[in-house]
Amino acid sequence: MNYADLFRVTLPETVLEVAALLVLFADLGLLRKAALKTRVTAAAVLGTVGCAVAVWAVYYEGAAGLSFGHNLLLAAGGSAGVAQVGILVLTAITLLLLIDCEFTRNAGEYVAVMLMAAAGGLIIAAAQDLLVIFIGLELLSLGLYVLTAFAKKSGKSAEAAMKYYLFGGMSAAFLLFGFSYLYVLSGSTYLPRVIYGVNIAAFNGGTPLLCVALVMIAAGLGFKVTAVPFHLWAPDTYEGAPAPAAAFIASVSKVASFALFITVSYTALNYFRILIPEFSAPGSHSYVTLRAVSGRLHETLSFLSGWASVLIVLAVASMIFGNLAALAQSSVRRLLAYSAIAHAGYILLGLAYFSWTNVSAQAILYYILTYGLTTVGAFGVVSVVERATGSDRMDAFLGLQRRNPLLGAITLVLFLSLAGIPPLVGFWAKFNLFAAVLGTSHSSTALGLVALAIAMSAVSLYYYLQVLKRVYVMPAVEETLVRAHPVTMTVLLLIALAVVGMGCFPALLQGWIASFY
Amino acid sequence: MAWTIYISFAGALLEALLPKDRHGLARWLALAVALAGLVIAVAAYAAGMGQGTTVIADALWVPSMGIHYKLAADGISRVLVLLTGLASVAGVLFSWNIELRTNQFFAFYLALIGGVYGVFLSFDLFLLFVFYEIAIVPKYFLIAIWGSTRREYGAMKLALYSFAGSAMVLIGLLAAYAASGSHSTTLADLAHAGLPVPMQMGLFPLVFVGFAILAGMWPFHTWAPTGHVAAPTAASMLLAGVVMKLGAYGCLRVAMGVFPRGLDPWGFSLLGLGSWRDVFALLAVVGIVYGALVALAQSDFKFVIGYSSVSHMGFVLLGLMTLNQIGLDGAVLQMFSHGVIAGLLFAIVGRIVYDRTHTRQLAELETMHLAKRLPFAAWAFVIAGIASMGLPGFSGFVAELQVLVGAWNARPWWTVAAGVGVIVGVAYTWRALQKAFFSDRLPTPDEHPKTGWHDLGAITWPEIAGVALLGISTIVVGLYPRILLDSIEPAVKALLAGGVQ
Amino acid sequence: MNGLMTGAEAGFPILTLLTALPVAGAVIALFSGRHARGVALFTALISLVLALVVWTRLPADGTMGMVELHTWAPSIGVEYHLGVDGLGALMLVLSAIVTLMSVDAAHRVHHQPGLYYALVLLLQSGLFGSFTALNFFHWFLFWELSLIPAFFLIKLWGGPKRGPAATQFFVYTMAGSVALLLAFLAVFLSTGSMDFGQLADMAANGTLAQKVTAHLGAVMPWLAIGVLAGFAVKVPLMPFHTWLPNAYAEAPSPVTMLLTGAMSKMGVYGLLRIALPIFGPQIAAMRTPLLVLAVVTVVMGAWAAAAQKDLKRVFAYSSVNHLGYCLLGIFALAVPAGGAAASTSLGASQAAALNGVILQMFNHGITAAALFWFIAMIQMRTGGLRGLNDFGGLRKPAPVFAGLMGIALFSSLGLPGLNGFVGEFLIFRGVFPLSWISATVSVLGLLVTAAVILTVIQKVFAGPVPERWIQFPDLHASERMALAPAIGLMLLLGLVPQLIVDTVNPTVVNLLAHWRF
Repeated sequence: MNYADLFRVTLPETVLEVAALLVLFADLGLLRKAALKTRVTAAAVLGTVGCAVAVWAVYYEGAAGLSFGHNLLLAAGGSAGVAQVGILVLTAITLLLLIDCEFTRNAGEYVAVMLMAAAGGLIIAAAQDLLVIFIGLELLSLGLYVLTAFAKKSGKSAEAAMKYYLFGGMSAAFLLFGFSYLYVLSGSTYLPRVIYGVNIAAFNGGTPLLCVALVMIAAGLGFKVTAVPFHLWAPDTYEGAPAPAAAFIASVSKVASFALFITVSYTALNYFRILIPEFSAPGSHSYVTLRAVSGRLHETLSFLSGWASVLIVLAVASMIFGNLAALAQSSVRRLLAYSAIAHAGYILLGLAYFSWTNVSAQAILYYILTYGLTTVGAFGVVSVVERATGSDRMDAFLGLQRRNPLLGAITLVLFLSLAGIPPLVGFWAKFNLFAAVLGTSHSSTALGLVALAIAMSAVSLYYYLQVLKRVYVMPAVEETLVRAHPVTMTVLLLIALAVVGMGCFPALLQGWIASFY
Repeated sequence: MAWTIYISFAGALLEALLPKDRHGLARWLALAVALAGLVIAVAAYAAGMGQGTTVIADALWVPSMGIHYKLAADGISRVLVLLTGLASVAGVLFSWNIELRTNQFFAFYLALIGGVYGVFLSFDLFLLFVFYEIAIVPKYFLIAIWGSTRREYGAMKLALYSFAGSAMVLIGLLAAYAASGSHSTTLADLAHAGLPVPMQMGLFPLVFVGFAILAGMWPFHTWAPTGHVAAPTAASMLLAGVVMKLGAYGCLRVAMGVFPRGLDPWGFSLLGLGSWRDVFALLAVVGIVYGALVALAQSDFKFVIGYSSVSHMGFVLLGLMTLNQIGLDGAVLQMFSHGVIAGLLFAIVGRIVYDRTHTRQLAELETMHLAKRLPFAAWAFVIAGIASMGLPGFSGFVAELQVLVGAWNARPWWTVAAGVGVIVGVAYTWRALQKAFFSDRLPTPDEHPKTGWHDLGAITWPEIAGVALLGISTIVVGLYPRILLDSIEPAVKALLAGGVQ
Repeated sequence: MNGLMTGAEAGFPILTLLTALPVAGAVIALFSGRHARGVALFTALISLVLALVVWTRLPADGTMGMVELHTWAPSIGVEYHLGVDGLGALMLVLSAIVTLMSVDAAHRVHHQPGLYYALVLLLQSGLFGSFTALNFFHWFLFWELSLIPAFFLIKLWGGPKRGPAATQFFVYTMAGSVALLLAFLAVFLSTGSMDFGQLADMAANGTLAQKVTAHLGAVMPWLAIGVLAGFAVKVPLMPFHTWLPNAYAEAPSPVTMLLTGAMSKMGVYGLLRIALPIFGPQIAAMRTPLLVLAVVTVVMGAWAAAAQKDLKRVFAYSSVNHLGYCLLGIFALAVPAGGAAASTSLGASQAAALNGVILQMFNHGITAAALFWFIAMIQMRTGGLRGLNDFGGLRKPAPVFAGLMGIALFSSLGLPGLNGFVGEFLIFRGVFPLSWISATVSVLGLLVTAAVILTVIQKVFAGPVPERWIQFPDLHASERMALAPAIGLMLLLGLVPQLIVDTVNPTVVNLLAHWRF
């Protein structure tokens, strides 16, 4: 490690922090007397610019991570790079959707917190060390609690933030507890070494500790990705938080958390290769020996098998519960929350059957990025409708196709994509993910779980159609137009076009993701 | 031929962008698009006569997964594209009186048509699946927005059944794709991937049932009558005319084409059923007879036609399960035939009669003397009805005869059972015809004949044109089936040689 | 039966033209409103001319002439195979004459005349098509095609009980058709052919029965029964006749003319063209029960006619009786090979019977059509009355009417010198040596028929004139003109039966030479 490396690898985070300070400076200093609209616009634009610069910084940092001794602290390039760019782009979009929001007078602070939280996300995406992971998570989470509570006039917002905070604090405690067990078992905080050590320890009789540790970690991380049974905060938070905050939680926070999952799963499979790079060539003698050894290790509980089992339980529970609970919702925000739980279930399935090559990682990133984009768009629509009708009930969407045809069409595209209808991007994401699962494991369990996932996504069509039915089919109660800021509309339209375009040309995004490896 | 797809989608987009109140423009645009599709289909059909499979487009679409954008056409595709062209033009003609959100109606309509064209022309499994799903969503909106009786229920039921079916298909496809390891999803590559026989036997029923749901296979048919009844005329025409064919086509092209060994005997027999072939043939036969019997008992005119579709599609599935040349020929021909005839029947019931009388109850129609008041409808229904009964001279006869012959060559008792269905078919059609148009029952006293009749409105030119288009199609094919069979036979032969035993 | 197959000549497709002409006429008539009758008359006239041309150009050796043979749908053994011999050509002429008479008789169609005449012409096309077809598919097409217009003619223009009558007619005939179709389907499945000539050849050399038995088991008798059932309904043979009185009585009289004059001949023709050549041995095996049914038809038809009070029903049952003679002749000549009845004069008796059957078909067609025409005129004059006891002494106010109808009645009675005699005489001449019992019992039918006809003459034309019929108008000039040819034909054929026999006899010889029982 040297300062040049430190500067290079943490440049994106640095850029975001600087941007956050600049936003605060501009808002509290230069524009103190300006109208709220101007201040919001300025803050959002500044923040967006910051994100853009940070994207450049991600490219600038290259593929070499930040190491301390033999231990990698922050990775660069690969999955981390993809996730970071994704986080930045989604943050920028969320910022742009902020422009005609009026839930707070403290626009600069809001944007600054958001940028800092995003910086936390960047750290999580790159972290390779338990402690760095924890720091990143806390940075992100604290930002999110604040963002959730930001609508100070709304009791719901405060309630949502409180719930979120309590659950979050609890889960952070569990996570830390789990991490401490891992440390006990392995004597290291560097992830590959942790897993190596844990496997050895488990082989030597440390299984009970490992089990406890895994469950604790699952509780801590499951909370972040709204996996059942750690999802309870999600519906209330999605419902109560200001729309941009909810969008941010649903997208950016998800991307970061799943990037962390990818890191863990990938490392669990490849720790030997990472620790001893000369073993890395598949087909070489040493490689075959390695596989054989790890195969024998699997006869007892290893980190990998335990991790996969936990993920499968979470995945199945999330898919089933998320989809079934969504059927009963009448609030679109809550519906999106439960659908987020369901989508998390699908992704967890992909993580449970993780390929030691990059196929699964790429498929999951593809899924989470496109899902994040679609969800941000969906929340954008919800926030526009909410502002016009004062409600996020499904019935607020009645006759939307008359009241704003363009917004109706955008809703159609986004919700169908969430349901996974081709040729929209949501379909390719699912297809990619499930193909990766089946490509990794030919077992009938895997096929059965994929069948369950697909069956559940068939169920999901029902509730997405419930929204679209109100948009297109049922008669409007009111005929007044639903108006939205041109920038908002433009952003939403671009999201919809991207959903269609990436769906028609799925290779574009796949190619872009692959270019990081 | 690929332009049939492109212009349909382009047309859909244009319709969506049209101003709301330009109804006339929307109609003419839709008609122009549909006609262009038909012209291309006819030209391509004529040009493709005597040729085998012609590749229209083949590009690598998703390189990392070996998914190709491969459009091609063989004799079967050409026939079904032709059918789609006919049905789409007729559908537009019978939708001429749509006044509510006209441009949106035709936008969904053309999107559906584009998807259907796409399915029939796709020779890559995932491309096919994509188009297949594209066709599902517009259906929902067409029914839910412009439908009639219990439209939201019917539409949702249809959408969920379709989606459940396509979910099953997707599972099968993913498994086949993962297992083949060939990194290509073209139908030919998957068919030659040499999937293990037990796997084929496991996946075949999944995919077959997935598609057959849309083809109205008993006992997964229940969406069909409610969907048909709820749908607006053009949508029921398309639903029965081409969408159900999507399912049957998928069964043939995908389930049987990719998992040919799935039809092999299990090696044991359960209740006399020794293979999936026996199972599905049994379901097809049950569908034929059940559909016909239920149609006989309906009091709603449209339900009669809806259940008749179930019965007629049973013939398609039965023909597929014969696994011999003549039976498969018959199945494909029956797809065309039923597409045209059911389209015609739904057009008469839904557009010409219902839109004027506002009732579909046979008991009420009985008192209306429609043969005198709507002679055009009555005689059009006579033609469509006898075509549907399978009288010689109409396409249904040749098709069903071939299916029956093929079934006989495979398992004689199938033919016997299906023959019962044919006879009941005559009965229910005749019953509907008598009750709806030619009844002698006197009207209630307060509606004195002639003086009490309100004006039912003249028959309009689009209706005449639509009836003529479909009626002539069925008669031409009935009198000269070779016009299609010459194209179907080589394609079926190739399919049979390609693995389907 | 090579004679059937070798006659292919690339001549003018006159039979196709003959079949297509009425269809074209029908389309024109449909759209010509009040002028439809003119169109129909013109079409029927041209058809008659064409039929006569066919009649005069028959091959002298009794084989098929004017053969047209094209592939049609090879996969199901369907060819476009047309041709006529003496039998077919005679039926063409008969159909043309009866149609012309029917159109002529129907000049009071006020309700939808275009449709009426279109249906009549379609029916004619069906007749022509089925009398010229040499392939089952083709034949069946027209057999069914003739059914549909007949149904609607009864249904829409019939008497008070037309609905049930039409339905009964349709159901009976359709059931018969289904039986026919199934039987032929079985034959096709076993042999792969639908061509009458080929099938007859196979039947003659015994391969047909072998193939069917090999393919389906011992079902040949059942197939024969199926085919017979189809024809028995159409002719009709007791007990399949119950549809007939209702249909004949409820149909408008011009339609009844078509039904009895031409359509009933389709059944007899079918027996000769299809049943006997292809199922000869099976029919011969069932000869005795069939003869019993034929005799019952003859006798019971006559008795039933005697019991009727409605002129139309009287003649309807009398038609049953007359066609019973045809059936008697046909079944009688199916003498099992090597049976007890075989003798040296067998051939001559068979030829006589067959000649008689064919003559009787023609003569009954003309006579019965004429009789129903007279009934139509009576109804026109009396406002629909047609009870046997409604009239009396009509020969006084309407001597010409009485005279001409008397000729027709005596023709029906079978008075020597009129056409009805020759056919019946030849039938009895042939049947006596073949089956003297049935011939003897059938004489009873002759006697009862005579009594019936004489009763009609007595009750309608003789006796005192009731008050209301004193003004009964006689035939006016145009009616006389129209009727004259028909009555003339009865006289002519009664005196010079050679006109028909000379042309038909070679066909009879040819047919008998190829049939095997």
